[in-house]
Amino acid sequence: MKKLVLLLIFSLTFFQYGNAQRYLTKNGQISFFSDGPLEKIEAQNNQVNSVLDVKSGDFVFKVLMKSFLFEKALMQEHFNENYVESDQFPNATFVGKITNPEAIDFTKPGTYDAILEGKLSIHGVTKQVKEQGTFQVSTEAIVGKSVFIIKLADYNISIPGAVAGKIAEEIEIRVDVRLDPLKF
Amino acid sequence: MLFSKPNHPKIMKTTVAVLLLTFFVSSFRLTGQEDLMDLIGDTKPTTEYTYATFKSTRISLGQSVENPPEGNLIFDVQHHFGPANIGFNDFFGLDQAITRLGLQYGITNWLAVGIGRSTLEKTVNGWVKIKLLRQSTGEVNSPVSVSYFGDAALSTLKWADPVRTNYFSSRLSYASQVLIARKLSNALSVQLSPTYIHRNLVEKTTDDNDVLALGAGGRVKLNNRVSLNVEYYYVLSAQTAKDYNNSLTLGFDIETGGHVFQLFFTNSQGIIEEHFIPKTTGKWLNGDIHFGFNISRNFVLKKPKEFQD
Repeated sequence: MKKLVLLLIFSLTFFQYGNAQRYLTKNGQISFFSDGPLEKIEAQNNQVNSVLDVKSGDFVFKVLMKSFLFEKALMQEHFNENYVESDQFPNATFVGKITNPEAIDFTKPGTYDAILEGKLSIHGVTKQVKEQGTFQVSTEAIVGKSVFIIKLADYNISIPGAVAGKIAEEIEIRVDVRLDPLKF
Repeated sequence: MLFSKPNHPKIMKTTVAVLLLTFFVSSFRLTGQEDLMDLIGDTKPTTEYTYATFKSTRISLGQSVENPPEGNLIFDVQHHFGPANIGFNDFFGLDQAITRLGLQYGITNWLAVGIGRSTLEKTVNGWVKIKLLRQSTGEVNSPVSVSYFGDAALSTLKWADPVRTNYFSSRLSYASQVLIARKLSNALSVQLSPTYIHRNLVEKTTDDNDVLALGAGGRVKLNNRVSLNVEYYYVLSAQTAKDYNNSLTLGFDIETGGHVFQLFFTNSQGIIEEHFIPKTTGKWLNGDIHFGFNISRNFVLKKPKEFQD
C-alpha cells in the first residue's frame, strides 16, 4: 500500500516536471528605434524579464528602464533623467494574455502567429494594447517575437519645445525573448 | 528495496507525509498573471550607482564630479564677457571677452583628459580628472562621489622683462582639486572642492606662490531640463585673500535635446582654475559682474561595445 502511494507520488511529480507549464527568461531583448529628422534614436536592453504560462496563455514582461543602452551616453542620461524619469518609474511592464490560444500548440515545434492583449505600463501610464507576434516553439525553448509601435504622447513622455518636430513622436519597439522551461 | 522493510514505522510515516506535502505544494500551481510577475520580481541585490549628479563636467566655472563618458570627445567653448559696470559705451561688457576653446576626452569612464587655450594671459592648459569613488547604494554603499582634478597651465605671454634671465618654468602654474559631491535628491546636488594652486612665478614678492581655497557649489533642478547652479570659492591663503576677491557664480544649465548650455553671472574674468580662484578682482557689489556661457558638443568617437559592428 505504502509502495503504491510512493509510486503514485513519484509518477505524478515526474509527470509535472516533465511538462513545463511555465517558460521564463531574465535576459530577453527589447530594442527600440525612432528616426526623427534631427536624432536617430536606438537603444537596446538585454536584461528583460518575462514569463509565459503556456496553459493559461498568460504572458508578462518586466523591463528595467535603466538597463537600456544607447550609442550616445548623453542620450542615455537624458532618456533616464528627462524622458522616462527612471528614478520615479524604474520599470516598464506588460501583463497580458494570448487571445488566440487555439492557434498555438506549445507541445509541437513550429512557428505560430499570436495575438496578445493586455496592459502595457510605461512612465507610470497604463494602456490597454493589442499586438501581434510570433512564437517559435522548439523542444528546448520558446522564442517570442514582436514588433510594434507606441506613441510617446500616450505615455506622457514629453518632447521639449526646442527639439519638437525633430524627434520622432512614435517609436518602434522590437521584442525578442527566448524563454526556457521553468522547473521547480 | 527502499522502504520495503521499514524498521521504524514512525519515520516511514513522516517520510510519506513530507513527500505528500511536497507533492501537494508543487501541485498547487499559482495561477494568474500577478503570480507570474512574482517569478520575475526583484532578484539579487545589486549596486546602483548614482548618475547625472550634475548635467555637465563643470558646475559653472569650476569642475564637477562628472566626466565625459568613455569614448566621448567634448568640444568646449567658454566665454566670459567684460564686467557689466563698464557702461553703455562697451555695451555693459559685451564688447570685451575672454574665451577658452577646449577639448576633453573620456579614455575610460573613470579617467578623462583635457586641453585648451584661454585668451587671458594667452594660457594653454592640460588636465586630468580621475573618478576615485562613485556615490552608490545597494551592495556597495557610498554616500559621496569623489574625483581628483589636476591641471597644469602655461602662459605664453611675452616676458615682461626680456632683459633678465627668464626660465621656462616661470610660465607654469598648477591646480589640484579633490571634488566631493553628493546627489541628495533627483533635484538637488552639492559639491565641496578643496583646492591647492601653485604658481612658479608671481608678480610681487608679497604674493603667495601657494594658494589654498575651498570651493562649494550645487545645483537645484527647476525642471527636468533647467537647473540653477551656484558656485563659490573661498580663498584661505591670507595674502591672496587680502588682495583679491572670492569667486561667486550664479548660473543656469539649460539642456536642449543633445546639448547643455550653461549661462551664468560671475565676478571672475578668468576661465581656468589658476585664474579665477586666486586672481578674481571683481566685486559683485561694485557691479563687476561678467556674463558668461559654456557651450559643449559631444562627439562619440568610440561606440559602446553593444553598438560596434
